[in-house]
Amino acid sequence: MVKYTIQRLLYMILVFLIITCMCFILIRMLPLPALPPNDPHTEIIQLRRESLGYNKPYMVQFGIFLKNIFTRFDWGISEQLYIGRSVWSVFMEKLPASMIVNLYSILWTIPVGIALGIFAALKKNTWIDYLISTLTMVVISVPSFVYAFLIQYVLCFKLRLFPFVMKGGTDWFSWPMFVSVVPAVLALSFGVIAGFCRTTRAELTEVLTSEFMLLARTKGLTKAQATVRHALRNCFVVIVPGIFGEFIGILGGSLIIERIFAIPGVGGLTLNAINARDYNVFIMSTCFYTAIGLLASLVVDISYGFIDPRIRMGSKK
Amino acid sequence: MSNNEMNYEHIPAEKFAFVQDKDRLHDTELKTKARSFFADAMLRFSKNKSSVFATWILAFLILYAIVAPLLSPYGIRDKDPIYINFPPYIKAISDLNIGIFDGAKTYDSQNDNSMLAWDAIYQETGMNPLLRVTGTHETEQLSRGQTIKRTTYDIEVNAYYAKGMVYRTFSYSEFEKIQKYQNETGIQVVYPYVESKDINDQTDTPNVWYQVDSKGAPVTDSNGNLIPAYSTRTSYEGAPYNSIRIPGDDGSYIYSFKKAGAVQCRVCYYNYYRYLHGGDLPTYLMGTNALGQDIFCAIGIGARFSLIFAILVSAINLSIGAVYGAIQGYYGGFVDMALDRISDILSGVPFVVVTTLFQLHLAQKVGVVPSFLFAFVMTGWIGMAALTRRQFYRFKGQEFIMAAKTLGASDRRLMFKHIFPNAIGSIITSCALVIPGVISSETSMTYLGIVNLSDFAGTTIGTLLSQGNSVVTTAPHAMLYPSIFLGLLMICFNLFGNGLRDAFNPTTRGEDA
Repeated sequence: MVKYTIQRLLYMILVFLIITCMCFILIRMLPLPALPPNDPHTEIIQLRRESLGYNKPYMVQFGIFLKNIFTRFDWGISEQLYIGRSVWSVFMEKLPASMIVNLYSILWTIPVGIALGIFAALKKNTWIDYLISTLTMVVISVPSFVYAFLIQYVLCFKLRLFPFVMKGGTDWFSWPMFVSVVPAVLALSFGVIAGFCRTTRAELTEVLTSEFMLLARTKGLTKAQATVRHALRNCFVVIVPGIFGEFIGILGGSLIIERIFAIPGVGGLTLNAINARDYNVFIMSTCFYTAIGLLASLVVDISYGFIDPRIRMGSKK
Repeated sequence: MSNNEMNYEHIPAEKFAFVQDKDRLHDTELKTKARSFFADAMLRFSKNKSSVFATWILAFLILYAIVAPLLSPYGIRDKDPIYINFPPYIKAISDLNIGIFDGAKTYDSQNDNSMLAWDAIYQETGMNPLLRVTGTHETEQLSRGQTIKRTTYDIEVNAYYAKGMVYRTFSYSEFEKIQKYQNETGIQVVYPYVESKDINDQTDTPNVWYQVDSKGAPVTDSNGNLIPAYSTRTSYEGAPYNSIRIPGDDGSYIYSFKKAGAVQCRVCYYNYYRYLHGGDLPTYLMGTNALGQDIFCAIGIGARFSLIFAILVSAINLSIGAVYGAIQGYYGGFVDMALDRISDILSGVPFVVVTTLFQLHLAQKVGVVPSFLFAFVMTGWIGMAALTRRQFYRFKGQEFIMAAKTLGASDRRLMFKHIFPNAIGSIITSCALVIPGVISSETSMTYLGIVNLSDFAGTTIGTLLSQGNSVVTTAPHAMLYPSIFLGLLMICFNLFGNGLRDAFNPTTRGEDA
């Protein structure tokens, strides 16, 4: 298992480097936007570009880029949006806002989603199951900005329960901050609830009809005992990796939800960087999103092995 | 025991007769028509009520996309400069007074002076903007030792009537044409001019035609009527006016104001609009958006693009993915592994980054739409390839393949004549689920403004949603109708796709995609 994990990790790093290299070169090939003429930073940025090898071959530039990250953790300097500031510090400033919204959202959606899924599976082919399945299907189909709009219009504007956009400041865990992120959290939550509900229902219905469940009942367990001890355990093999993946996804946030609710997060920064042609910020965002995506799939794959002995044994061969 | 029931165990021998005695026996032709795989699937599909229902709605939505832009009196290039984010309005339905399509816009906490101003528009144009009063609030205020009762109203007004007057500058010939139109139809377009010095130096208030005090509040005479403040200074008149005059005009009011080489007029925009559109009233079934486009038409235009684009993307991805997956699945081993690494790398690149890079690099050279298409094709085929690969692994070890191989069939023949037709069912059905995915991503990208297709397609659903999102509170209709359309489209496509998959692969029924 350890060997498998290390193998996967190394492979992930390799894929990450290849993707970053590709994107880096493609971004560096773009013509650079003009710098403001009388800004004191302009001259420094020009000198920096010289030292970063902007007139050398692209692979050399990528080498310098990597070297700066490994030796000084220097991701470059923002050249348009936050002129002269280190990209890393800007990024770290934006990260908490994205994380807080996702954190609140998954903290309540995962239990609710799984509970609904279990409920639907136990009541299979009754009206409750049909209702839950239909709602799940609807929520998964409809894009998030549609219900973000409904939430914003009904809860924030008509009923005036919550502020329209996220409040400023950095008091991440205060009560006013919590209230101001509720609409965004809700908008993010529906999709997650529906996703977990559907997976749980599908898995559990399959497990419930398998033969070992019959055996469990015949040896004298009640339905509740058999479900909790045997059925749920088996369906968690699929669900738990999903939970881990979701937790990694916290970092990423959602471009759309962040835009609608004016969350000062990573997604907004990325969009602004694209519009303002701030390429150093864009490279950082690219690396970040790529890393999140790869890490999530890695964690899911490895956690399968940790949870399910059958898969663990299979990987040893 | 009834007579029909027989004792089958002891049937006497003489009851038996030969069917055929002398002639040779032939197989009879099948009496019933053989049901093909496709017909069988369709039969199963038609038993799935929710999918059939979804298919009907889907058909309606597609019909909408085709027909709506033709039905609408406006094209996508008709952008009204004044009716921006205006609510749905159809005069015929509005006149029924049932609260729909009446261009209703809510104004809260209107005091008596504001109510008088609304009434003033009614008095001048003869069109009452006030639709209904939804609430009255009475507050008591202490002012200079006295309790003053103030009443405020929450009202809904017809936004089209409430727009009232606007200032417009015309050339002399245009001014002549308007007068001619007025004489022919009897519709008052141009109203007497009001100079800002007559209304306490207020500017940019074209709706004020009465005397006001220094705060801009209307001044009334002893009977509570408004006092007109129309200009009578004929020396400032821009051009001679020989057309219908408003009631109460003794012929001294001037209807235009001198500007360099042109005249400035106060025009009633609702009537001016009729003049511009050959007498047609503004008819916006779903209101207008931030550019003054008819949303009813714009949704159709956007949906046309989305659907065509999604089908195109799916077709291309299907072809690439099928070939790629076929090679992976058929050859297996090293080829499979090597190709898998490539798709691993491509699928790791975030879609936003792919789209952005393609836009930045290629949009100038090959156009926005092709570069957007490339971005979709770049990563979109991976899912299809994985699916085809699985199907190939399933079939390639089976006996009929071995038999074909023994008979000397080439690799290509085995792949595309023997295995592929077996896998086509699940590949096609997954295509029905890919289309909504493409529409959803396309909408997200245009919504975020990463891709701007307005020049090519006129508008897209994503653009409409993005425009509507910035005016959610003042013009919710601008977001509501595109949202409903998109939501329905997605739900129906998914239901349709699920139904199709269940019909083609009955074994996977119940597993959602």
